[in-house]
Amino acid sequence: MSDAAPLTWRPATDETPLVRGVLIASVLLVLALLLFAPLVTVFYEALRKGWWEAVTSLAEPEAWSSIRLTLTVAAIAAPLNAVFGVAAAWFITKYDFRGKAFLITLIDLPFSVSPVVVGLCVVLTFGANTWIGGLMVDAGYPIVFALPGIVLASMIVTFPFVARELIPVMVEQGRAEEEAALTLGASGWRTFWTVTLPNIRWALLYGVLLCNARAMGEFGAVAVVSGKIRGQTATMPITIEMLYNEYLSVASFTLAAVLAFLAFVTLGLKTFLEIRHADALAASRRH
Amino acid sequence: MHIKIDEISKQFGTTAALHPVSLSLPSGALVALLGPSGSGKTTLLRILGGLEFPTSGRVLFDGQDATGLTVQQRRAGFVFQSYALFRHMTVFDNIAYGLNARPRATRPTKAEVARRVTKLLDLIQLPDIGARYPSQLSGGQRQRVALARALAIEPRMLLLDEPFGALDAKVRRELRQGLRDIHDTTGLTTVFVTHDQEEAMELADLVVVMSMGRIEQIGKPQDIRARPATAFVREFISA
Repeated sequence: MSDAAPLTWRPATDETPLVRGVLIASVLLVLALLLFAPLVTVFYEALRKGWWEAVTSLAEPEAWSSIRLTLTVAAIAAPLNAVFGVAAAWFITKYDFRGKAFLITLIDLPFSVSPVVVGLCVVLTFGANTWIGGLMVDAGYPIVFALPGIVLASMIVTFPFVARELIPVMVEQGRAEEEAALTLGASGWRTFWTVTLPNIRWALLYGVLLCNARAMGEFGAVAVVSGKIRGQTATMPITIEMLYNEYLSVASFTLAAVLAFLAFVTLGLKTFLEIRHADALAASRRH
Repeated sequence: MHIKIDEISKQFGTTAALHPVSLSLPSGALVALLGPSGSGKTTLLRILGGLEFPTSGRVLFDGQDATGLTVQQRRAGFVFQSYALFRHMTVFDNIAYGLNARPRATRPTKAEVARRVTKLLDLIQLPDIGARYPSQLSGGQRQRVALARALAIEPRMLLLDEPFGALDAKVRRELRQGLRDIHDTTGLTTVFVTHDQEEAMELADLVVVMSMGRIEQIGKPQDIRARPATAFVREFISA
């Protein structure tokens, strides 16, 4: 056996260079085709007729009001969903009760239901010809075809994000630290602020950022509840579609570029915070 | 403080974790609740600490009914199985937590808190680790920090759930002596849960052997060794 060719040993979990190369290349190809190419096109189309054209299209009252509306909706929906998500995750992970699995499924429901159906449900529940909707219209605060309806629809669609991020983290951390705080004399409220919240802050932040990004980009549900009133209830995605249908491609793509840019800001913020607090992050994972 | 457990039972759904058990623990004793998993020893400890409430029966501290006292009112220094140190706080802040959680009227000043934490760090013989985080400590150090944190609230009793469970054999023996010393200095009634009969016999003044939610035998280690009351006890302590 002395003349046998020397064997080269590979770790059991390694692939041959060929397989590895093919896998990496196919991932890059798919990423390029599905993600980068469309994004580049958006910016290219926006700037096709120069910077000046793009910037002035944003100054149109229609575009400007849609940006303000979208930011307002996200600014209301994301914090409210943060509160509800924490409450839901807390309830699910810290208590044992019947029907827990059902409740978790219920929280996921907005992911599986089409946003258009969500929008329709909001209209059918809170429209002007329903009891509660009529009451609100009489009081001067209509829900449907107005800001409250858009916020409501966005909140329903983005509800699962925070709870989904928190539940696994809170299950993994268990109840021991909270119990320890209680035995040391802390009230339930103090325990929440000084022990629970610091332990989940990263998952919470991540959930809120996802929620925020999705709320800004929501189209289907908002299309139904907003009534698409120009300059009033048209959010950025709705306005982008309307401009595009009117062959105003520079205006439409510029607004799309702004929306994409807002998503980048969200991602950038998350990455920045992760780098800045890398130590605390690692410490809370290692323990 | 003298602790009396009077016909305590605990049901979880349809399963009985504790059949009515009664027990009297003299003031200043070091007591082991010894038994296999599922024997109800941890449930009994958690009932003493106010983390679990009994289905029936009473708990008396120094002759006074304490059954209805909340976990905060019990003032029991509790050491958890995996220590449950606050991972996002330094060792100093962990130990100071109970003092800072007091209502404003009885909360010590910052300087007083620092003085007490330093004193406790000396007591557990780890004077220089105040600025570290729990993840930077060894298992044995974490256990001692958990002990110091429990002692910081000037507890009426000390309750420990498998305090040596997560440690290797050598550290375990060292810390046994450490717990004995702290018990002797503070004079606190101390109850610890263990499944290790050698540990219980070596460390405790009084051993309570439990099985299937019942107390099999209560006695001094040498008496239990010499005269096991039931077949279960004989088998368990010879294992």
